[in-house]
Amino acid sequence: MKATLQRLAERADAEGLLDVAYASLDSPFGPLLLAATPRGLVRVNLPNQDPGQALEELAAKVSPRVLEAPARLDQARRELDLYFAGKLTEFGLPIDWALAHGFRGKVQRAIERIPYGQTRTYTEMARRAGNERAVRAAGTACGTNPIPIVVPCHRVLRSGGGLGGYGGGLPMKEALLELEGVR
Amino acid sequence: MPPFQTLLDDHAADVMGVLRGAVGRADAEDCFQETFLAALRAYPRLGNDENLRGWLLTIAHRKAIDHHRANGRKAAPMADPPEVPVEDPEPLDGEIWSAVGALPPKQRAAVALRYGSDLPHADIAAALGCSPEAARRSLHEGLKRLRKELA
Repeated sequence: MKATLQRLAERADAEGLLDVAYASLDSPFGPLLLAATPRGLVRVNLPNQDPGQALEELAAKVSPRVLEAPARLDQARRELDLYFAGKLTEFGLPIDWALAHGFRGKVQRAIERIPYGQTRTYTEMARRAGNERAVRAAGTACGTNPIPIVVPCHRVLRSGGGLGGYGGGLPMKEALLELEGVR
Repeated sequence: MPPFQTLLDDHAADVMGVLRGAVGRADAEDCFQETFLAALRAYPRLGNDENLRGWLLTIAHRKAIDHHRANGRKAAPMADPPEVPVEDPEPLDGEIWSAVGALPPKQRAAVALRYGSDLPHADIAAALGCSPEAARRSLHEGLKRLRKELA
């Protein structure tokens, strides 16, 4: 049955019917769920977040044609493996911003440009997205980032230097910053 | 609508079972691919996730009928039929299923769904888009005919 299902995913992709492909990846923090459209990586689900819920959200907001099809995630998995090994400092894979809307989307796009090993504050991110006073909204944008790690919301901290929050849990945020040599 | 993968997780084995019953093991794979590609094509417009299993089985049933039709067209008489039968084949399941294959569509589907994949009457009715009584009747008629054919 496994070969049959793999063939189905390949044929679906070839016929333009594979709107959302997903695969899991073992990370040092636990299993990640990665999802990509034909345009690029659309979702990274962290180990402490419910993967079933992530898939339902993709079905509702992107397309219900969601299939487990690891081939499309090969590049993402390769780059993330290298990143966790400390051997990659800039992701080159294409991103699909389908789940990033409005002001939050602007903040998330600004987060993507924070370089490896550097940090910004929530206030700075609010300013970069065009509204310096929307600090709380910038925080929400980090919390609802659909593509964490690749869109490095772990590099956004409180103005006083406090860690702030992290969807994957604060120990993971600290570990990622440590991996990048920040703390 | 749930992610399409959950349809595969929940019903792929049943669909394969029905198709093996309806077209045989060798051709079930192709019909399976055609079934799920058709389902995937139509899925975003379906707009109703109440009986996805019945929906998939209906598509599988249609693909099995398409398959039988295509095969019927291909079956040309042999130029030189062998004069002596090589060997009498064992009257195995194969004979029964080819008799099932010769039933009228509704009866064939009812029998395949009941005995190929062990579905209850309610599910057969859902797959055929008819009432449970009508499904029971098709099954009954199909079995009566099979008994006669195979007697």
